Amino acid sequence: MSASVGNSRVKAAILGSGNIGSDLMHKLLKQQGWMEMALLAGIDPRSEGLARARSLGVNASHDGVNAILDDPDIRIVFDATSAGAHIKVAELLREAGKMAIDLTPAAVGPYVVPPVNLEEHLDKPNINMITCGGQATIPLVYAVNRVTPVAYAEMVSTVASLSAGPGTRQNIDEFTFTTSRGLETLGGARLGKAIIVLNPADPPILMRNTVYVVPDQDELDEQAITDSVERMVTDVQRYVPGYRLKNPPVFDRRDTPWGMKTIIAMLLEVEGAGDYLPTYAGNLDIMTASAYRVGELIAERSQEVTV
Amino acid sequence: MKSPRIIDTTLRDGSHAMRHQFTLDQVREVTKALDEAGVHVIEVTHGDGLAGSSIQYGFSLTHEMEMIEAARSVTKNARIAVLQIPGIGTRKELTEAIDRGAQMVRIATQCTEADISEQHFGIAKEMGLEAVGFLMMAHMRSPEVLVEQAGLMESYGADCVYIVDSAGAMLPGDVVDRVHAFKDALQIPVGFHAHNNLGLAVGNTVAALEAGADWVDGTLRGLGAGAGNAATEAIVAVLDKMGSNPGLDVFRLMAAAEFVVAPFMTFQPIPDRDAIAIGYAGVYSTFLLHAKRLGEKYGVDPVEILVELGRRKAMAGQEDWILDVTLDLARCAKEGVTA
Repeated sequence: MSASVGNSRVKAAILGSGNIGSDLMHKLLKQQGWMEMALLAGIDPRSEGLARARSLGVNASHDGVNAILDDPDIRIVFDATSAGAHIKVAELLREAGKMAIDLTPAAVGPYVVPPVNLEEHLDKPNINMITCGGQATIPLVYAVNRVTPVAYAEMVSTVASLSAGPGTRQNIDEFTFTTSRGLETLGGARLGKAIIVLNPADPPILMRNTVYVVPDQDELDEQAITDSVERMVTDVQRYVPGYRLKNPPVFDRRDTPWGMKTIIAMLLEVEGAGDYLPTYAGNLDIMTASAYRVGELIAERSQEVTV
Repeated sequence: MKSPRIIDTTLRDGSHAMRHQFTLDQVREVTKALDEAGVHVIEVTHGDGLAGSSIQYGFSLTHEMEMIEAARSVTKNARIAVLQIPGIGTRKELTEAIDRGAQMVRIATQCTEADISEQHFGIAKEMGLEAVGFLMMAHMRSPEVLVEQAGLMESYGADCVYIVDSAGAMLPGDVVDRVHAFKDALQIPVGFHAHNNLGLAVGNTVAALEAGADWVDGTLRGLGAGAGNAATEAIVAVLDKMGSNPGLDVFRLMAAAEFVVAPFMTFQPIPDRDAIAIGYAGVYSTFLLHAKRLGEKYGVDPVEILVELGRRKAMAGQEDWILDVTLDLARCAKEGVTA
């Protein structure tokens, strides 16, 4: 890069002009960080998202990934399309030397949840942000697992119908697969399970997640677990201010396939920042906020190298 | 009135009332009795469908795939169906269920969310199954909205679409309006699934049939979520008297209910105070036992919990909200304020 003055920003593009792409674009425009919002690329010339970007003075194209590949200065690409679409472009982006931050459940690259492993994969060409429900719930499983080993973790995500776009709807199995794997590989559970429920209530409900954890052991230091969970909530709130537990973790005895066990239930609510979509769409907000955080760190680190 | 197709779901909806503790022996005995009585389709799955075994809904005693295989091994004429709720069960469990002998899948979504079922209809049709759409909590939306959703399922290849009164909240007129709307708009058969929370399960089923429904659901002894379902043996007895029995053996069904199912039931679902509250508030029938258990644990009246869930517009599958609402109500009671 020619800019070695130190404070020039890294060019970032967003692929996908739907809900997630638009919300992320607003975050990039609002926060003057290490990234510059260089391009919003979609595939539909009539896309409302592209029109909105242009009206905000953002460069927009309906030429999809080609528009991104045509600009050698774009270093970071956020993919906000769908799992199937991402698998098709991942290799092209890698060959072009562009860093992909994948917001679909395609899971081409390693999983990242900022408060769990933000720095672990910054050197990889492709990073996967799992799913919105994964971003919301994996931190809590991790918080329990760092105190006592977790045998089983189950998450139930309830999202307002209006905030589940066509990508989520046509790939609902991918949500389940990718989220349960995330509960295992990052959360630390030996076995993970994910359930998603759409709720059409009007006015729309805030995104809700319930996390159930079955620890291996029955003798639990409840205070230590509660403290760890609360510390984690504070960590997530640094980048998603509307992330909160409705109650302290609830300890209950239940019949499970592993016998009568103590289970921990955590009821979580995520209120979005309202950057582009209304605040009820906390599921989109936690996704874009997490991806933004990863992008910022990559941009910052690449600047340190350049300077 | 023409004779309907009868689907018995004792081994699926009944799973809720049995807290998902069916044994393989029970599955085989019930299936055999239903098959011998001439029932057309027998549904066997966890109450919340494939992969329903969970903390959220309750763990199954017996592995779902073993149950499906056991049921299939004893049928001569009846077809074996499974329930799948996209968001809970995935194509992974669906394809395994087909390998184990499932011949029909009923794909259930909230009555406003039919478009999440496209993937699964595709798989079912590709693998040669009968595929049925199951629009849950159908009391919550108008006939016009429901018809639009049913049309989506028809376009994905559904062989039949059901109006599912998951909350047992519909009145006979609500049922008739919906069936008429479906019959007018769809080319495929229309089904109706009742719950007895307001004591209307058999009556609503008859109303659906008179309005033109082609398929109806029942369970032996009405074993099912909430106050249970329309009893299969009662539906068939009524059909027989109406001259529309599709060839089922009424006395065998009565005996199956009495001598096969009743002995292993832990309780007889009836429209008691809590169950009526479910129908009245319009919440998911499976909330019953969860609300009773949590109400007892936290000293909150289950009726209050259920009514509050209705006020918050909880949908099918949102059992985690019961804990949430119970904790809120317990807190309000402690602080002496109302929710």
